[in-house]
Amino acid sequence: MEHIRTPKVEQVKLLDRFNNKTTTGTLYLTATHLIFVESNVPGAHEIWILHHHIASVEKLSLTTSGCPLLIQCRNFRVVHFVVPRERDCHDVYSSLLRLLRPVSYDELYAFSYNPKQNEQQREVGWQLIDLTAEFERLGLPCDQWQLSDVNRDYKVCETYPRDLYVPITASKPIIVGSSKFRSKGRFPVLTYFYQEKKAAVCRCSQPLSGFSARCLEDEHMLQAISKANHNSRFVYVMDTRPKLNALANRAAGKGYENEDNYSNIRFQFVGIENIHVMRASLQKLLEVVGTRSLSVNDYLLGLESSGWLRHIKAIVDAAIFLTKAVTVEGASVLVHCSDGWDRTAQVCALGALLMDPYYRTLKGFMVLIEKEWISFGHKFADRCDQLDGDPREVSPVFTQFLDCVWQLMEQFPQAFEFSEWFLIQLHEHVHSCQFGNFLGNSQRQREELQLKDRTYSLWAHLLSEQHNYLNPVYSPSFAERHPVLEPSTQPWNFKFWRNMYHQFDRTMHPRQSILKHTLTLKESNSKLEDTAHTLQAKLQTLGVSTSPLELHSWSREHRLPPRPQSLILGAPLSRKEAQQEEEVLGEEALEDAPDGNGGERTVEGSSATENGYGELQSSFSSKNEPAMVSLEFGVARMTC
Amino acid sequence: MEFSEHIKTANVDDVVLKLPLRPALKGTLCVTAHHLVFSERKEEAGTCLRNLCKDLRILQFDIPGMEECLNVASSIEALSSLESVTELYPFFHRPRELSLSEPWGLSSPQQQYAQTERLWDRWRLSKVNRNFSVCMSYPRTVIVPCAIDDITLAKAASFRQGGRFPVLCYYHRSNGMVIMRSSQPMTGANRKRCREDELLLQAAIDESEMGYIIDTRSAQQAQQARMAGGGFESKAFYHHWRRLHRHLERGKVLQESLIKLVEACGDPSQNMDRWLSKLENSKWLSHVHSALSTAGLVAECVERDGHSVLVHGFEGTDTTLLVTSLAQLILDPASRTFRGFLQLLEREWVQAGHPFRQRCAHSAHSHARLRQECPAFLLLLDATWQLGRQFPLALEFSEVLLLRLAQDAYASDYGTFLCSSEQERCALQVKENTHCLFQFLLRREEREKYVNPLYEATDLAIWPSVHPQSLQLWTGLFLRWTEYAQTMDEAREEIWTIVKERKETDRPKGCAHTTLSRHDSFTNVENLMDELTVL
Repeated sequence: MEHIRTPKVEQVKLLDRFNNKTTTGTLYLTATHLIFVESNVPGAHEIWILHHHIASVEKLSLTTSGCPLLIQCRNFRVVHFVVPRERDCHDVYSSLLRLLRPVSYDELYAFSYNPKQNEQQREVGWQLIDLTAEFERLGLPCDQWQLSDVNRDYKVCETYPRDLYVPITASKPIIVGSSKFRSKGRFPVLTYFYQEKKAAVCRCSQPLSGFSARCLEDEHMLQAISKANHNSRFVYVMDTRPKLNALANRAAGKGYENEDNYSNIRFQFVGIENIHVMRASLQKLLEVVGTRSLSVNDYLLGLESSGWLRHIKAIVDAAIFLTKAVTVEGASVLVHCSDGWDRTAQVCALGALLMDPYYRTLKGFMVLIEKEWISFGHKFADRCDQLDGDPREVSPVFTQFLDCVWQLMEQFPQAFEFSEWFLIQLHEHVHSCQFGNFLGNSQRQREELQLKDRTYSLWAHLLSEQHNYLNPVYSPSFAERHPVLEPSTQPWNFKFWRNMYHQFDRTMHPRQSILKHTLTLKESNSKLEDTAHTLQAKLQTLGVSTSPLELHSWSREHRLPPRPQSLILGAPLSRKEAQQEEEVLGEEALEDAPDGNGGERTVEGSSATENGYGELQSSFSSKNEPAMVSLEFGVARMTC
Repeated sequence: MEFSEHIKTANVDDVVLKLPLRPALKGTLCVTAHHLVFSERKEEAGTCLRNLCKDLRILQFDIPGMEECLNVASSIEALSSLESVTELYPFFHRPRELSLSEPWGLSSPQQQYAQTERLWDRWRLSKVNRNFSVCMSYPRTVIVPCAIDDITLAKAASFRQGGRFPVLCYYHRSNGMVIMRSSQPMTGANRKRCREDELLLQAAIDESEMGYIIDTRSAQQAQQARMAGGGFESKAFYHHWRRLHRHLERGKVLQESLIKLVEACGDPSQNMDRWLSKLENSKWLSHVHSALSTAGLVAECVERDGHSVLVHGFEGTDTTLLVTSLAQLILDPASRTFRGFLQLLEREWVQAGHPFRQRCAHSAHSHARLRQECPAFLLLLDATWQLGRQFPLALEFSEVLLLRLAQDAYASDYGTFLCSSEQERCALQVKENTHCLFQFLLRREEREKYVNPLYEATDLAIWPSVHPQSLQLWTGLFLRWTEYAQTMDEAREEIWTIVKERKETDRPKGCAHTTLSRHDSFTNVENLMDELTVL
């Protein structure tokens, strides 16, 4: 609070990123959000920006109309305000600078967020995803794999979870010895078990082999993994780094497994670039697609030179390699990169998604993320820049994983129970710091922060509104027919995910969506229902008994709005638009009714002016721009 | 006329057929006058023959024996490029369920005129071209301003390339503005003028109003055209018209773009960067972009600014038609229906004289005779597909129809896309001797395959987004034979089922009937209100 010097600035202009539209309104600065409210419009539109979502604030040089403030968010929203007075602008700017860089965990939104749930509900929320049950589902422990208590107190590896599954033949000294030979003590442990072939997917970090060092315990460990699978005489070792990087690591006393020292391994590099390359790549991509009046050729050239899709393809390729080794050859695979928490998590999670239909359900996907990402210590706090930290640790590793999943959804529209809005929502909350799940860098740290007692679980929140995230064409029978997905890796199957990277740029999206359509109707229905209920209640207070209204049993079924896959009918269903639609419905109905007051009627946000086909805007006597619904506050609804 | 001359070897046994994404088939290959017939059997193989089809499919036959292979190859070569139109298959296609006496075609300027009552006081039907003497590529009747008589028209026609004088192609009901199209005026190097042409354009708009000429060439191209006798409307003589230049590629450039794109799609390399650079290099999406944004500009002039528009380029038979028909799709709800779209194509492409015969002769795999080949029609279908992606509820037809049209424009069982103009069609009696594709598609059992299950009519204009990020490669067409599209088809089926469920079975489910349910709740509320008032 003490950081906020000017809580309210009036007459602020909001400039659209891709056309000349401006909106005037009031800017509010609160402890958690930056809020922009359009003025002088009935049913004013608002933008709520969570401070944690802000990646950077820039004060541009003074112009005649005021002082421009450019805010870029981690959820790919870019807003450009013009504040009339320089002093106000500076106040907002310096407050934001402080607010968006929390220095301790206690400042994060999750610790102040209160969704009006009681203690019990909160506890239930945290118990929704149970990894012990997940390993049971995989058939573990079994005759070859056991639960080890070696890391019960985080003594062997502090970035691993407490419960780890290892081969029966791997004794405690072997484990401890192996962990000493692995970077950050991340020794090989099981992460997925393919029951049909008894093949295991294991993960670890790079060995500390340097140029010639070896470790008998580590060799034994790999031997034990190999022996645990009778189907194959060898185990694949996938190093997800480019060979050059692995070689360079040898100079630092790290490196990769020497095939001569390990019996029965098949070693393979798969060449996914490191976090720094990925960070630069996404930055380049966003720069390109953020350009105003971008030409088609520059767009395609920029897409190519950013390399983003090439990296996405590399990850999918690696996951396919993993899947083939396990499901076709029946071999166990050990996956690692440098520390085994970025590329390894991507490849293992994506591989499991390809192999197991369970992970393609809503709940299963949560389990997968909980397991591969949260429990095995993907450094969410560092990668997502939750606290003011080293900018070189920030990298869109998880975003990339979601992008890969989206690419699969495009290829297999019926395979996933959830839609892309689920992925986008996850992305939103990985950065929002609103729920406890993604805070911190490891399980141990989360326990220290007592997140389960002090914050709420995202999974409960998402499950409570899961009807928003379902894929209408999901078919369980498809899963039966295709238990293992075999995606095509032809380059044209890898596409730019517009609904993610342009989720707030409304003019770019298809202008009609079934989802929105049904949600609008749903909303009006439930309003009518409410009215009926209140009237009924009124009647009852007046002592009149009415036959209980049959209030439409369909409404529940209706909660599952049929939504087409964007792939097939091109209706990316802007959930946010839909929400916004819900909220402005009342006003819009009023606005629409007496048509002809100079406003332009358009198909749901499609407007000639926003597209700028020509230089007509300037050359013609300009008509009054209609009050366009162009700013959404779906996020705000979700976050407050 | 003797097909048998071309067929040197009619039957070849033991041929292996290789299709992308399918196991190879073995069997007998028969060459007939219009078809290659392949029946499956089991055996071994020898020389190979690659067949590159116009619908972008590649068939590979392995034929035992060099001589037979060469014979088949030359037969196919000869039979696939028959010179005479009347030898083509539509003249022989006689399906049992169709009769030649059935009506041919859906729409014509007469019908359009008759249906648009509000045209009557300022526009008239002119039969000046009844024997194709004024303009070879126009239909017999056209719609022109009332104030202009046929003699003036004929004089104006002589001032326009190919006699294509400005005619009406679309009337915007909400404000009475029109879209017209023509070819370039023949001003030449010494800036000739033609009073009749000026009068004609002046009559199209009221004195006070102003009109726009959208020239589909760059200003520079228009200037250069004067050297070849063509030109543009000069501001000095056409006071009330403002000219805007929007450069659209045409002819050879478009064809090469298509060839490059098809080649990129057939590239088996797995390299991401290579694919993106080839896609960029083909420039196809840029052409889609400029087509859509020019059409958007035309629609914007008409709808938002309330001015009439004249569109032309050089001959007025390619990019002009592309722009006018896309603008109509954006503006006119009627043209977004199944029938309306086919009518639009018939008026704006078939009758308006798009030279299908030259433009759609060989598609992307041909190396010969590039001069006249141009995928303008394909570009229209692609742009329409983009509209459909952006407005999934607005078009009554689905991608399947567009694919069917793309195929039939190049090779068809039906006569609709034969020939280059109405005149040619009359001379060859196409309408008497072939079946009409559009009529066929509208038959109830066919129609079912091509409609968009989610269609919901809207009266509003649909303004497409032309950000590069909003445009996509039409995988349905360009990767039709290379991609394993089964999962997509299944998903499409699923959507159909959902929609049908909503439409047919239990009423209380789904949004199609929410209006109904809404009435229910209304009634309930009303009842309660009544009771309250009683109290």
